[in-house]
Amino acid sequence: MVQLTLPKGSKPAKGKVHKAAPGSKDVKTYKVYRYDPEVDADPRWDTYEVPTSDHGPMLLDALIHIKNTIDPTLSFRRSCREGICGSCSMNIDGRNTLACTKGWDECSSHNITIAPLPHQPVVKDLVTDLSLFYAQYDSIQPYLQSDEPDPEKERLQTPAEREKLDGLYECILCACCSTSCPSYWWNQEEYLGPAALLQSYRWISDSRDDATQKRLDDLEDPFKLYRCHTIMNCAQVCPKGLNPAKAIAETKKLMVAPSRKKQAA
Amino acid sequence: MTQPSPTKGGATGDRTGRFVTQPNGHVTPLSPHMEVWRWHVTMTASILFRATIIAASVGLVILVGWLGVLAFGPEHYACFLDLAGSPLGLFVGFGLTVVLFSFILNGARHLTNDTGAGLTLKSANLLSNIAVWAPVPLAVLFWVVLFAAGRVSL
Repeated sequence: MVQLTLPKGSKPAKGKVHKAAPGSKDVKTYKVYRYDPEVDADPRWDTYEVPTSDHGPMLLDALIHIKNTIDPTLSFRRSCREGICGSCSMNIDGRNTLACTKGWDECSSHNITIAPLPHQPVVKDLVTDLSLFYAQYDSIQPYLQSDEPDPEKERLQTPAEREKLDGLYECILCACCSTSCPSYWWNQEEYLGPAALLQSYRWISDSRDDATQKRLDDLEDPFKLYRCHTIMNCAQVCPKGLNPAKAIAETKKLMVAPSRKKQAA
Repeated sequence: MTQPSPTKGGATGDRTGRFVTQPNGHVTPLSPHMEVWRWHVTMTASILFRATIIAASVGLVILVGWLGVLAFGPEHYACFLDLAGSPLGLFVGFGLTVVLFSFILNGARHLTNDTGAGLTLKSANLLSNIAVWAPVPLAVLFWVVLFAAGRVSL
């Protein structure tokens, strides 16, 4: 359901301001979403003024610096710090991205807003509950389903068949795309979202997979697939440069392909 | 679909059990979305299309009214034409022309997308910019032609 404003108890209040030391140069202001379920009644925006010379070039460096030296209570997910694990996905400067690959000098102003992934339940600070997101990924059965008996070695593909998976298999499940999509914001309990649908198309496109029709049947639903209105936020924000909107459009085309209609008849 | 077991709705009427009562007695907060999102032209095109559909529905009522007054005879029809030719009527007519062009351009954008084309970032931005900005100049051009041809006059 469309909900343009935050419900009661979710609206962040003004929080603490951590000033930089007097005389500091090249100070950036980080406005960070804070919420601790054991202490806070409501979320708040805390502000941290940090000289850029104090930390590395990425937003994750800034967050680690804040946690290490200013406020150890700040919580966020991070692991690989090189755009592979997808853990540090969050909303930075108004767009979802990975804190480890986003440079603070890429942000449009000196005041950088850092919020959790949008329209998700907040566990603590910048950590959101992604259980539904993972359940949706699980629901598309993201594994090879073949009618052929197991081969002695690997299942072979031609280079052309393998090429079809480029731009699909690279997804790191960071949830930047799904949580950027207004359709997903309003219908996330029914609409599978860009990430799950990109992965669904990844297996539909795989020449070794024999469950294409079953996969398409599973998506034959007014909400699961068809809530995509090509708003394109998913492709705008994907830190790996993938295009879930294109994958969804290709899936929609397969839904009405003559071969599928023939099979249904 | 495997989903977390449903519980009684939380702050958002949630049915997935993700919004629970926290140790502080409050329900899990929902993270900010509209408040923090940096708007993009593709979003504008999408929301404008929806607004256009609503406006076009109003236009449809006016169109039906136009046909309906015919049934009431020439006097009523002349009355309608007077109203439609008044500054207010022309303003509404201009607005509906903008709506019509917006509807056509956004519809063409969606039709293109449905073929799998126009979905790169560059082309999506271009198509959205056309759908957002072109309706007004097209409507102006349309009415200039109508006035120039003597079909409409003030």
